[in-house]
Amino acid sequence: MQGAGVAGLAVAHELASRGARVTVLNPAKGNQAASWFAGGMLAPYCERESAEQAVVALGQRAAGWWEAVLPGSVIRNGTLVLAPARDVKELERFGSRTSGFEWTDGDSIAVLEPDLAGRFRKGLFFREEAHLDPRRALIDLATSLASAGVAFENDPAATAGFDWTVQCTGYSPDNADMRGVRGEMLILRTRDISLSRPVRLVHPRIPVYVVPRTDHTFMVGATMIESDWQGPITARSMMELLNAAYSLHPAFGEAEILETGVGIRPAYNDNLPRVIRMGNIISINGLYRHGFLLAPAMAAQAADLILKERSARH
Amino acid sequence: MLKLYDTELMSRLLLGTAQYPSPATLMDAIKASGTKIVTVSLRREMAGGKSGDGFWSLIRSLGTHVLPNTAGCHSVKEAVLTAQMARDVFGTDWIKLEIIGNHDTLQPDVFALVEAARVLSEDGFNVFPYTTDDLIVAERLLDAGCKVLMPWCAPIGSALGPLNLHALRSLRAHFPDVTMIVDAGLGRPSHAVTVMELGFDAILLNTAVAKAGDPVAMARAFATAVDAGYTAFHAGMLEPRDVAVPSTPVIGRAVFT
Repeated sequence: MQGAGVAGLAVAHELASRGARVTVLNPAKGNQAASWFAGGMLAPYCERESAEQAVVALGQRAAGWWEAVLPGSVIRNGTLVLAPARDVKELERFGSRTSGFEWTDGDSIAVLEPDLAGRFRKGLFFREEAHLDPRRALIDLATSLASAGVAFENDPAATAGFDWTVQCTGYSPDNADMRGVRGEMLILRTRDISLSRPVRLVHPRIPVYVVPRTDHTFMVGATMIESDWQGPITARSMMELLNAAYSLHPAFGEAEILETGVGIRPAYNDNLPRVIRMGNIISINGLYRHGFLLAPAMAAQAADLILKERSARH
Repeated sequence: MLKLYDTELMSRLLLGTAQYPSPATLMDAIKASGTKIVTVSLRREMAGGKSGDGFWSLIRSLGTHVLPNTAGCHSVKEAVLTAQMARDVFGTDWIKLEIIGNHDTLQPDVFALVEAARVLSEDGFNVFPYTTDDLIVAERLLDAGCKVLMPWCAPIGSALGPLNLHALRSLRAHFPDVTMIVDAGLGRPSHAVTVMELGFDAILLNTAVAKAGDPVAMARAFATAVDAGYTAFHAGMLEPRDVAVPSTPVIGRAVFT
C-alpha cells in the first residue's frame, strides 16, 4: 500500500481483514494527506448539491463501514442545512438538487441545535447523514491496522517483493489525467457554542460548513479553488470562512483560531474516483472532496479485484 | 453572424464555466450548447500566482474563444490589473469587465466601470462591460471606447429573468447598431427567448446551466431557445390585437355584430 491517507488505510483494512498480508508504505506525507484536512462528513445526500448522482450511491454505506471498522467513531446526528433570512431562497435551490431531507422550522432547529435557537427560521434536515473526526479516524485506523499485524514502513519506494502494489498517493502534478483542487480550512475553538452535527450554511457564493469536533473545536471549511498551489490560506478565503461561521453564530467571533490548513484534493475531470488496474499495480485516486465518504466503496472494489484473482489462482 | 469587435461567430450563446458539478460535465455542456465563447474567472483560480493548469488546459482544449472576466473586482485598479493578467494568461485582448459595487446584489459599480472601460480601451483592450440596463451609462461606455455592451436583465445568478422589459427595449431602440449581449439573471430558456425576441444579439449564461439538474440537456435547451428568439425577431413577429380574427375567412355569415 503506497500512501497512508484515507484511501490507503481503507484498502489496507479491507485487504487485511480478508486475510491478506499488508504493508503500508507511507511516503512521508504524514499530515500532508488531503484527508488530514477533511471535514469528515458522511453526507451523501448533501453532497449531491454539487456532485454527480454516483456519489450518493457510492457513499450510502460509508457510515456503516466506519462504524464497523472503528466502533464509536461515527456520530449519526444528521446534517442541518441553514440559510440566513435573506438567502432563504437558496434553501429551495439546495432542496431541489438533493433528496433525503425534511424541511424544518425555527422551533425544530432549536430542538436540534439549542444554541442556534431564534437565529434561523427555515432549514433542511438530512436525518440519515453522519460525521466523524477525520484525524482521529486516520490515527485510530492506523493503530488498529498495526495491532492487526499490518506493517508500516517509511520508505515509499520499497515495493519489491510484493504480489500487488496499491497506489493511494493522492494528487500528483505528474499525472496528466488529474487536477488538484485547493481546499482551505480553519479550526476554531470556543466554549460559547456547541453543535451536535455538521451545519452547512448555504450562500449564493460562499457555501460553508461547520463541523463540531471534540474539545470545543470546530472545523470550518472549505474553499474549492481550481489550483494545486499548496501555499497558505489567503486572507480572502479566511475572511469568507470566518464570516460564514460568524453569521452562523456570533460566538464564533470570539473563537480562537487554532489552525489554518490547505489540502489539495485529487480529482479526475468528472470529479469521480477511479480504481485502475495496470498489471499487479492498482491505483485508487480522484476521491476529490469525498475521501471519507467514498474510500470504503473504493477500497472494497480494489480488494475485490485482488482477492478474486488470488482465489482464482489457488 | 455575431460580431464582437473584429471576430465573427456563429453561436449567439456565451457560457460561463463556474459551478458545474465537474469539468467533464462542463465540457459536455459546452459542446451541447454549440457555444464558441466561454468566460473564465481569473482572480480566484490564480491562487499563489499559479493558475489551475489542469482546468485551463481543459478549457483550451475545446478550441473556443475565451473571454476572461474580472469577476470579484471592486475597484478600477483591481479590474485593470486583473485584465492585464488575463491578457498574459490567455493571450487575448478581450476582457469582460465586471466591477462589483454591492456585495449582495453584485450590482455593477457603473462609475468605476466607465472609468475602467476607458483605461482598458486606451490600453488596447476590447472591453465587454457588464452593466445595468441604464441608457446613460450605456452611452458613457460607448464613449469610453466599448463596442459591445453587456446589460444585465436581473442580478447575477438570480434566475429571475428579464425584470425590466421596458429598459431592455429602450436600450435596443437607442443603440440599434451596437452589439448587445444580455448577461446575467436568466433562469430558464423562456427568458432567453424573450430577450432574443427583443432583438438582442446574444446572451451569456452560467448558473442557469451549471446548476440545472442536467446541465448538458439544459445547455442544449438554451441553445435552442436563443436560436428560436433570434430567428423570430428577424422573421417579424405579429403584434397582438384585442379581437379574435379567424385565419380562415368565414363566408356567408353576418360579420358585423
